[in-house]
Amino acid sequence: MINTKVSLAGVELKNPVMTASGTFGSGVEYSELIDLNRLGAVVTKGVASTPWTGNPTPRIAETYGGMINAIGLQNPGMKVFCERDLPFLEKFDTKVIVNVCGKTKEEYCRVVDRLSDENIDMLEINISCPNVKEGGIAFGQDPFAVEEITAAVKKYARQPVIMKLSPNVADITEMARAAECGGADVLSLINTLTGMKIDINKRTFAVANRTGGLSGPCVKPVAVRMVYQVANTVKLPIIGMGGIATAEDALEFILAGATAVSVGTANFFNPRATLDVIEGIESYMQKNKIQDIQELIGVVK
Amino acid sequence: MSKKTNEMSQILSQEKLASDVYSMWLRTEEIAKEASPGQFVSVYSRDGSRVLPRPISICEVSEDKRSLRLVYRVVGKGTEEFSMLKAGDRLSILGPLGNGFPLERAAGKRVFLMGGGIGIPPMVETAKALDGDKHIIAGYRDELFLQEELKRYGRVYTATEDGSAGTPGNVLDAMMANGLTKEEGREPEIIFACGPAPMLRAIKAYAQEMEIECWISMEERMACGVGACLACVCQSKEIDEHSKVHNKRVCKDGPVFLSTEVEL
Repeated sequence: MINTKVSLAGVELKNPVMTASGTFGSGVEYSELIDLNRLGAVVTKGVASTPWTGNPTPRIAETYGGMINAIGLQNPGMKVFCERDLPFLEKFDTKVIVNVCGKTKEEYCRVVDRLSDENIDMLEINISCPNVKEGGIAFGQDPFAVEEITAAVKKYARQPVIMKLSPNVADITEMARAAECGGADVLSLINTLTGMKIDINKRTFAVANRTGGLSGPCVKPVAVRMVYQVANTVKLPIIGMGGIATAEDALEFILAGATAVSVGTANFFNPRATLDVIEGIESYMQKNKIQDIQELIGVVK
Repeated sequence: MSKKTNEMSQILSQEKLASDVYSMWLRTEEIAKEASPGQFVSVYSRDGSRVLPRPISICEVSEDKRSLRLVYRVVGKGTEEFSMLKAGDRLSILGPLGNGFPLERAAGKRVFLMGGGIGIPPMVETAKALDGDKHIIAGYRDELFLQEELKRYGRVYTATEDGSAGTPGNVLDAMMANGLTKEEGREPEIIFACGPAPMLRAIKAYAQEMEIECWISMEERMACGVGACLACVCQSKEIDEHSKVHNKRVCKDGPVFLSTEVEL
């Protein structure tokens, strides 16, 4: 019997595979296509204190081996999320991780405070969205701001706090250290890379927001490198993500130092990508006679 | 609510209907069985460099409900890839997706099916499924396609932008030229429309002025196709019940909307 269980700040996941925030809604829609009970965790789309409209369309564009998105964190607000979406997720035997967004430090804290009372396993703080004017990445590109916002939300959180880091920085280890100093329990990386696509026929930007976040298989080598760097800098467990579509991709992240992994853009070209990754990790372990997934985490030094 | 399935379909035939317009019959286990007129499928590329599925409307479902027909325009590398596939090849598709046209609203009414360009294909299955007095208005840029199929299920009026066939101009021009007007007592009592945004805008304005119930099928760039990612939203007049903002999801809440509930 192989063991795929992993623990993140005391929260035990049946396997290390979860969804990446923003690609999976609150799980309702994909539950028609896959069994959510099989996932290590569901990570929801970002939730703010009030409903957010998001950006104008077009919000996405395909690029070679990836895509650019600028959804702009459209969400129904924490009240509707708690009353409608959360009760749905609670029915499943999977861990629930809620992604939190805000325009100000106070808004992040308000959302965390409200969610603290709910049956939620972990909170992921989005300080790395490149597509909103206020909040988001503004907190994630300055180590002092990272430490400050981490410490601030920690005062309100009753669940372990995951800080989601941006790759759009000169040195991601500096941000990881700042989050660790601020009291983060777990780090997740990477969010999307700021990109741009030009529509040569319309001679304008392919997404209305001009820039968008690049994701998909094309970003994976950058993400693996950053996970490796951060894993060798801080002691916190890491959720690795960025272009994971197969078990082979996921295993690269785990070997580089990630305790868990998220599948994002791949859900769009393969609705059962998360399950394929789970099954593929199990077969890899069987084939290589690995009893416990712990034997793989961060072994490539 | 139709059950969605992601399955590996098998291509039964591939045919070129016009310069860039192709027709493909696919054998499915579940999707054709579940499909209703105005719904669509997400078609996945087999080339890993293309990560987004292509949403394509369902043109027809076979009588035995085992196959479905997609008629699509080649507009880029993804649809070009689909057009090269041959009978026997396999293709991953997800569907049926979206809501489809509310056929029950048309009962006992003079229904107008208005399709423009690659918005024409869904009108075939819609016409097939409707009983009664059906008028099909098909607007093309130049080359015609699907005329035979449409004529099988209703009276067809054609418009071409270049004037090479039917009424020169758009679908509304074809209506006027054929006396399908209030003065003649032959105006629509309900409209189902699918086509490019300028056409839908004109039909919406016409329907509003004439106080006719009008349902339009919208298009927007999509990613997940199931309502999770919020890429393909359109603006709604009122605050949407699900999103709690002035946005509706084209893939899930649509693609068919009452013309008065969305901004175009």
